[in-house]
Amino acid sequence: MNTSASERGTDLVKRGLAEMLKGGVIMDVVNVEQARIAEEAGAVAVMALERVPADIRAHGGVARMADPSIVEEIVGSVSIPVMAKSRIGHFVEAQVLESLGVDYIDESEVLTPVDENHIDKWNFTVPFVCGAKDLGEALRRIGEGAAMIRTKGEPGTGNVIEAVRHMRMMNRQIRQLTVLDENELMAAAKELRAPYLLVKEVASTGKLPVVNFAAGGIATPADAALMMQLGCDGVFVGSGIFKSGDPSVRARAIVEATTFYQDAGKIAKVSRNLGEAMVGINIDTLAPEDRMQDRGL
Amino acid sequence: MRIGALALQGDFREHLHVVRALGADGVEVRTADELETVDALIIPGGESTAIGRLATIYGLIEPLRDRIEAGMPVLGTCAGMIFLASGTLRYEQPQLGVLDVVVERNAFGRQVDSFEADLDVTGFADPVHAVFIRAPWIHKVGGDVDVLAAVEDPETGESRPVFVRQGRILATSFHPELTNDTRIHELLMEVD
Repeated sequence: MNTSASERGTDLVKRGLAEMLKGGVIMDVVNVEQARIAEEAGAVAVMALERVPADIRAHGGVARMADPSIVEEIVGSVSIPVMAKSRIGHFVEAQVLESLGVDYIDESEVLTPVDENHIDKWNFTVPFVCGAKDLGEALRRIGEGAAMIRTKGEPGTGNVIEAVRHMRMMNRQIRQLTVLDENELMAAAKELRAPYLLVKEVASTGKLPVVNFAAGGIATPADAALMMQLGCDGVFVGSGIFKSGDPSVRARAIVEATTFYQDAGKIAKVSRNLGEAMVGINIDTLAPEDRMQDRGL
Repeated sequence: MRIGALALQGDFREHLHVVRALGADGVEVRTADELETVDALIIPGGESTAIGRLATIYGLIEPLRDRIEAGMPVLGTCAGMIFLASGTLRYEQPQLGVLDVVVERNAFGRQVDSFEADLDVTGFADPVHAVFIRAPWIHKVGGDVDVLAAVEDPETGESRPVFVRQGRILATSFHPELTNDTRIHELLMEVD
């Protein structure tokens, strides 16, 4: 076979990598040492950052793409895929990350958006993951070329309530579509503010056309298993691991709870003696301007 | 026929979807007890380090090795191929060592180098449309291993196996579970 005659960056290849990450945990890391701890603990990928979301929240100001040297060092230090975040709409940050050999770009509300428009993700060979609180948001992002979706639980809070809300909303809206008459789908697309052809596809298959992970506020093995039982395909853990008392032990426990998410006995076993969980924030105490999930709808 | 898919991590549901469509009883396998109940096993695509680590801590390495060495048919795709192999270039990770090959992980490069292409396979009338995702290839094959498909190393021009068979063990670098072509799963079900 002549591999130069082959096609790169196709839908199948982009969405396919997300398929391979299913049932796994993607961990936020800020340096090579953390990346190695994550890989050793059984992470399926790492998210290379300059600061974890809890620190972005504490630091304030404009949050941007990480320093390329941090991303590059992490890319060179592990054998698992490396993801990195660009600001919403910042296609040049995305171009830079692609040039660094990043395997997936998270166009993320954790960073400060630069545009009302999201990145035109069809223009890239590297795949993108985007956050979504509901089905309309998910289908708009897929319409722009996202190859993977995640919930938009409030990052850096250690509080999983918003991720749960988003997943329940997504499931409910998908179920509702599947019982509609075909001639009701255009009105449904209008209401969801989503591309009609994608609405039609979801109505007939009963699922999103791409993988959907949980993200935002996951801090314990039980949180991860909760999101899996709600129907997520896998889990992102941001601040929850490296802001906890014993990151390595907690990382392993969350990986095991994600695999054995239906086995309460195993979840109980891995939840013992994990040390301090990250300190949480109640969502009700967040000022509206501090709610990251309302960015980039 | 009862076919298990190792369900520690990865795209095991896609494999089960294919074998169920072919009329088999497809089940998820996470424990040694569940492994005992199946006639054949699929080790899916995923991250080989994560699958290897979970298989180690949950005591699956020996039971898997015993069943495969006793002749249970098995198909490993991508991470599954790596997990079946006897060695990996550059990396140390848990492997079953039942397939006499040394694999090179991420052999084609990073995700931007992932691709799909038509691939000629020995014994198949038409090519397979193969999807390679951060895929491995085989660096070195042992004596009892038949190479069913190979690609050319773009740097050295050497032939690199991407689909091999050793007795009842089948392994691919690519992902037949992501396309509608069921011939490789059929091969697993007919293997003798």
